[in-house]
Amino acid sequence: MSDAILSVEDLTIRFGAVTAVDGVSLAVAPSERVALLGHNGAGKSTLFKTVLGFLTPTGGRIDVAGSTPGSDAARRAVSYLPEQVVFPKALTGAEVLTYFARLKGVSPEAALPLLDTVGIAAAAHRAVGTYSKGMRQRLGLAQALIGSPRLLLLDEPTSGLDPVSRREFYEVLEASARAGTAVLLSSHSLSEIENRIDRIAIMARGALRAEGSLAELSRRAGLPIRIRVEAAAGRADAVHARLGGERVNGRSVVLTCRADEKVGALGRLADLGADVVDVDIALPDLDDVYRHYSAATDEGAAR
Amino acid sequence: MNGLDRMAAVAATEFRLALRNRWVLLSTLVFTLFALALAFLGSGPSGALKADALTLTAASLSTLTVYLVPLMALLVSYDSIAGEIERGTLALVLATPVKRGELVLAKFCGHLAVLTLAIAVGYGIAGLVIAVVHGANPAGLVAWGRLVATAVLLGAVFVALGMLLSSLPRQTGTAAAMAIGAWLVLVVLYDLALLGAVIVDQGGVFTKTIFPALVLANPGDAFRLYNLALIESNAPIAGLDGLAHTLPFPVSSALVVLALWLFAGLAGAWALTRRIRP
Repeated sequence: MSDAILSVEDLTIRFGAVTAVDGVSLAVAPSERVALLGHNGAGKSTLFKTVLGFLTPTGGRIDVAGSTPGSDAARRAVSYLPEQVVFPKALTGAEVLTYFARLKGVSPEAALPLLDTVGIAAAAHRAVGTYSKGMRQRLGLAQALIGSPRLLLLDEPTSGLDPVSRREFYEVLEASARAGTAVLLSSHSLSEIENRIDRIAIMARGALRAEGSLAELSRRAGLPIRIRVEAAAGRADAVHARLGGERVNGRSVVLTCRADEKVGALGRLADLGADVVDVDIALPDLDDVYRHYSAATDEGAAR
Repeated sequence: MNGLDRMAAVAATEFRLALRNRWVLLSTLVFTLFALALAFLGSGPSGALKADALTLTAASLSTLTVYLVPLMALLVSYDSIAGEIERGTLALVLATPVKRGELVLAKFCGHLAVLTLAIAVGYGIAGLVIAVVHGANPAGLVAWGRLVATAVLLGAVFVALGMLLSSLPRQTGTAAAMAIGAWLVLVVLYDLALLGAVIVDQGGVFTKTIFPALVLANPGDAFRLYNLALIESNAPIAGLDGLAHTLPFPVSSALVVLALWLFAGLAGAWALTRRIRP
């Protein structure tokens, strides 16, 4: 993956006897959104700080836009938003943005429209001290977007946000990924990132346990798909007799099957014709998949 | 040029924050009020002495400045690094292309600008009031100007020391405690310890050779000796200040001492911030 903006190879970071990151390899390409999932202490923040050049690897190597982490070129390519950042309360949003634009060598005029992008333009000239948590986090995102970075590092960026703010947050990320930015974000809030992320990497105790799209991870995990079939009035027994599965509350039958059995099961459903009124398919969600991998023993973990 | 613009942004933001936090106003008020209080509480005997009121007040104010300026300088700077670590902004700032040395130097400039403004305006107002009420002669104006300029230099030393202390802990509370401790040791206890040693020594070798050097090595004392030594007056001088007219070094060595402290403080702050993992 020579075109990757971020490439991490066999990275190991130890603090004394503690191994915080253990042989992690990961690559993020332009326009790709990758989520790093893990419990607190799984090594996500340590990995980020190493990508930023704040920590020196014990082993392995990191390459940011073709440069060493922390070098001038790497710093210009990367933007960072930590989980908890408290901007000076006495400054206005516009002043905070101007400050970071100047630190990044971007003209403030080019940066200020970002307040509109993240939806806080109306509060641009109010003191940050009057902002809600969601607005402060939006300001943090606007700060990270200054100068269209090639790699966005977001450390649990949406923790504590309300669902609307969170959705808008991901919409902004999506737009900037379309424009070519590589996004690496960490989270332990799992269901929120479904459908908004191209690839997921799951870390536990410093090691990478699994990596792939949600669909790939689900397939590999082999978690069952639940198909809920609603039968026509009085036909539930007939449906149950033909399909098997489990009878639920009078009119419904619930089938569970593996991913590769799904099409076959749907085919049998189609044969039932008017006996079936409605079908609802529930794929295993990210929480199920995440639990599967983060709890898995080493032998069960995917590479 | 990018580096300069980054530094200008940091310094301007520090200055703006100090304005918004009323720090500029508060410190200016403190300097004005203390200078005026000294001038008019100490103005009683001035008619009986040959020296003018401005010179006399400059002499007594140089003693007060040793306590006041370091305190204000430490208060303005103790939070500058530790506070940013605690609030999480240091990681953000250091993720941008700004160098740590640039950050330290720019923050220093911002804090020093605040302090310079407060000292210049505060002592300026007080000097003006004294000149209007008691009149002024050229010698008095020179003494006053020297006092203001060296007070800024003394402030610079302690802003640098405050930043050095701020680079040690990760909590701003610890940094505050260390700043107060540094003030107590350098400004109060140091002199007390030297005076105690002189009393015990009874005019022996220590008093004649080591003592003057130790006094001069302290930034606050160096500042005070420099000002007192250059004031031609028969104002009463007591304690350590008696050295002002019997110092076995050239007067300018006091300025060298202050410059060395300043350089050491900045270099130490820079070296310590390089070790920080935000």
